[in-house]
Amino acid sequence: MPLNVLREDPLAQQLVLNLRLPRLITAALLGMSLSAAGGVMQMLFRNPLVEPGFLGVTQGAGFGAALGILLMATSPLMIELSATFFAVLGLVLSYFIARRIRYGGWVLRLVLAGIAVSALFSAGLGILKYVADPTSQLPEIVFWLLGGLYAVTWSDLFYILPVVVIGLLIIFLMRWRLNLLSLSDETAFSLGVAVGRERALLLAAGVAITAVVVSVAGIVGWIGLIIPHIARRVTSANAAEFIPFSMSLGAVFAMLCDDLARVMTVGEIPLGIITSLVGAAVFLIMMTSQNLRIAK
Amino acid sequence: MKHGILDIQNLSFSYMEGMPSAVKGVSFEIMPRTATAILGPNGAGKTTLLHLLLGIKKPLSGTISLNRTPLHQYSRRSLSQWIGLVPQSENLAFEYSVLEYVLLGRAPYLGPLEQPSDKDIAIAEQALQEVGIESLTQRSVLALSGGEQQLVTLARALAQKPKILLLDEPTSHLDLANRNITLRIMDRLRHNGTTVIFTTHDPEAAALIADYLVLMRSGEVLDAGTMEATFTSSKLSQTYGAPVEVVHTDGLWFVKSMERLACPPQLEVS
Repeated sequence: MPLNVLREDPLAQQLVLNLRLPRLITAALLGMSLSAAGGVMQMLFRNPLVEPGFLGVTQGAGFGAALGILLMATSPLMIELSATFFAVLGLVLSYFIARRIRYGGWVLRLVLAGIAVSALFSAGLGILKYVADPTSQLPEIVFWLLGGLYAVTWSDLFYILPVVVIGLLIIFLMRWRLNLLSLSDETAFSLGVAVGRERALLLAAGVAITAVVVSVAGIVGWIGLIIPHIARRVTSANAAEFIPFSMSLGAVFAMLCDDLARVMTVGEIPLGIITSLVGAAVFLIMMTSQNLRIAK
Repeated sequence: MKHGILDIQNLSFSYMEGMPSAVKGVSFEIMPRTATAILGPNGAGKTTLLHLLLGIKKPLSGTISLNRTPLHQYSRRSLSQWIGLVPQSENLAFEYSVLEYVLLGRAPYLGPLEQPSDKDIAIAEQALQEVGIESLTQRSVLALSGGEQQLVTLARALAQKPKILLLDEPTSHLDLANRNITLRIMDRLRHNGTTVIFTTHDPEAAALIADYLVLMRSGEVLDAGTMEATFTSSKLSQTYGAPVEVVHTDGLWFVKSMERLACPPQLEVS
């Protein structure tokens, strides 16, 4: 039935072309970006339990979006710009605070700084929620924080597209070198790796794509943590193999979850709830299953 | 006249400004195709010195020349084709297979967007054969014993085909049999033309294969020279700050501690 309906019914055409298609593509890009960024962060921080937004990026985006909703509620683009700006600010703050911490290796310093910056932004977000108008602004902030693609249009897609394409391309092309960056600094150096420069480039790529997709989709948790994990289990620890698989799996997973979010009930369930539900369930199964081991 | 492959002149390094130097005024020369042991107690500055030779730390003063050219004039890539490193421990966060890990040693020969080719795989497999663990190729590195992991790290450094191989405490966490396997491989590498430089706090391990010794204590080189000239009771006692006696029998060197521990014998109460 659907194809000739699509040909004959202008309303159906409109629906598919202007609502479903941009949403579907955005879901795929969202899944790809979070999974790729998660994989990159896990390699760079030598820790399989890291998720892409942990360096103040997710909380920064949440704060920025809430600020945007309070100050310029009418413009989705301004909300996205504000979310992106504060997401990147979250990383920049984490980075500079980490440089001022005088002890520990760089992994520990960045993690500590990321925790502190995230806490600052989430306190700020609390204040914004407190002062927000409970009938109009507060529900919008809450929905944004729960994550979802129900409002996505072509213009949102075009907003994230350039950053996502460039970021994913950098990660995809340099995927084998990620292995080198997951070694100790001295070993990576002895293998001719420009540790600081290459790490900064991949970190920037991972954070940039996370920041822009979060700015459009809100906080969609667990994809960036769980998908790289599964990809590593299915293929190998070698980033040259698991990064492409992680990207594809992430795209499929996000599209499926978004479909579930749309059709499971009469209304729409926020995407972030579905990904958390499914992600946490998969995580629990992986942790308790005998056959699926998680590296320390 | 033969010249050294590495020439270290008056080298100093400190971790922070105002802190005491970890390496002070160190000078010695390393001849190609020899094995040199940097020997000294814990905290003597051995690892720091190794990192200076590798170029990962920049000296405060003094120079290191590699094949008569200052070390800092080499690009990182060409330096990594000259000098390989076996670190004290390689804490892998992910479960690489042995082959995947050893292939990382090919990085100095690959461009930033390149991946290992079949030729690189052949070289990695050859490196695994050289250390005698080709049967482990598809195993997970994290599932191996400490001795096997050390050999895998060694194979990774050999896949790099370095002219100089630096090893940081290569035997310190190995049992006797594994220690000897590692030392035998190092000895073979030296005979095949690689310059081997390793740190150790175990004088007997050093004595088994080293041609030259660099004795370090508190960041300073107490003496550097051939085994025969430096492996003496007085020099080792000075290095370790504890009385030891060197015994030479059947072509092997032994080091005896001459200190009695200060615990009085327990009195039997009947």
